Amino acid sequence: MQITMTVNGTDVTNEVEPRVLLVHYIRDVLRLTGTHWGCDTSNCGTCVVLLDGQPVKSCTVLAAMADGHAITTVEGLATGGTLDPVQQGFMEEHGLQCGFCTPGMMLTARALLDVNPHPDDAEIRRAISGQICRCTGYATIVRSVRWAADHPAGMTEADAAGGDPSALDDSAGTTTDPGGAAAEAAHAIPAAQTEPEEVTA
Amino acid sequence: MQIPAPFEYARADTVDDAIALLARHGPEARIIAGGHSLLPMMKLRLARPEWLIDINDLFELDFVLRDGDRLRIGALTRHTTLLESTEIAALFPIVADAERVIADPVVRNRGTIGGSLCQADPAEDLATVCDVLGAEAIVRGPSGERMLTMTEFHRGAYETAVAADEVLCEVRIPIRSRSGSAYEKVERRVGDWAVAAAGAALSFAEDGTIVEASVGLTAVGLDGTVGAVTEPAPR
Ligand SMILES: Cc1cc2nc3c(=O)[nH]c(=O)nc-3n(C[C@H](O)[C@H](O)[C@H](O)COP(=O)(O)OP(=O)(O)OC[C@H]3O[C@@H](n4cnc5c(N)ncnc54)[C@H](O)[C@@H]3O)c2cc1C
Ligand code: FES
Ligand code: FES
Repeated sequence: MQITMTVNGTDVTNEVEPRVLLVHYIRDVLRLTGTHWGCDTSNCGTCVVLLDGQPVKSCTVLAAMADGHAITTVEGLATGGTLDPVQQGFMEEHGLQCGFCTPGMMLTARALLDVNPHPDDAEIRRAISGQICRCTGYATIVRSVRWAADHPAGMTEADAAGGDPSALDDSAGTTTDPGGAAAEAAHAIPAAQTEPEEVTA
Repeated sequence: MQIPAPFEYARADTVDDAIALLARHGPEARIIAGGHSLLPMMKLRLARPEWLIDINDLFELDFVLRDGDRLRIGALTRHTTLLESTEIAALFPIVADAERVIADPVVRNRGTIGGSLCQADPAEDLATVCDVLGAEAIVRGPSGERMLTMTEFHRGAYETAVAADEVLCEVRIPIRSRSGSAYEKVERRVGDWAVAAAGAALSFAEDGTIVEASVGLTAVGLDGTVGAVTEPAPR
């Protein structure tokens, strides 16, 4: 069947089998591999994407069900090479170690802050309670989200001057660029229709 | 990698359209609402429907509305909506009690009350909630609409009275003055299915005597049904 949806602001159209799960459509057809795939049982939350702005576990949604809807993946968080405050918060507060849970965590955080710009720690913990992090113990994730809440416009020059000056400087070689310009280019959605992947069971 | 077996997919525009699609494609056609019970079963090949009829566009089934002495809840109402409704929390605290411990916030964004009741998992929390509150289920099929009590609705584990060509449209909960209700669940991890859970509702006369009381249990397999309700109450 043919499906069309908006992914990170770009319209995409593909032929897919109805049984293709949204996570596999995003990763294997659109090649947006920032959306991770873990437990496959709706438990770990690493596959979380935003469906019309709401976090959903994309391993438990059919691509067909997203037809006509808007999807945001981690690649869509940054705008024009500027990281979302949530992404900056994860850098500032060391919200990730291995990074496996990070895309899902950041998308849930973004959705939380969109409806509740000043959550307390309990609200942040509740929001991410359907997502598992094996590395951080969650404390730094909560701090990262709080950083984003405290910096709705992201890193300001004053922050940069007061904080670690190399924090936003890629040339220092100390930071990764999880959703910035480089990642954006690497993950650009192919304009042409992609052939659907064969699904093997 | 868990992938469902092949099936055909159609989207319903209206409830009548959903019923017509179910009738056209026969008993191997299934409704999909939030998909958070059905898709996991399909991924494990425990369910292999030939057709999925997607009802997520049916806004006519997504409502919470007070209608005289009944609160009417559309079958497509998501767990998140039930949890966030201040009206429901004020009328039936048991709903918020249960919703807080159903899965996690992301799953609750998708799962629906209709899907929960139709799935009829013995550990499903809303089944007990609806039992305890004396809810009625409104089911529509090719030959029209019928109203079922929860006792009529439940047929045991994973079985309900909803026929293959019928759609659960709404749940109606009687509003009782001077009443209270609560739900408590024992779980191993946050958001897990119940090891066991209990719900209770009471309503009182003006002089404070109890006029109705009901207790329901989840996941304990009483009579092979989802919950047990005792009524009427001691006066
Ligand atoms: C990780 C996880 C944890 C969970 N934990 C809990 C928990 O602790 N407690 C709990 O109660 N639940 C839990 N659930 C289940 C969750 O509440 C589901 O959302 C719910 O059981 C099913 O709702 P759904 O809308 O997703 O139904 P679907 O999966 O879409 O459908 C379930 C069944 O109902 C049928 N159906 C759906 N809607 C209708 C309708 N309107 N008319 C006729 N048939 C219909 C479908 O054909 C299917 O057979 C959990 C789920 C997950 C994935
Ligand atoms: S892969 Fe979807 S919840 Fe774990
Ligand atoms: S950073 Fe490793 S799982 Fe969260």
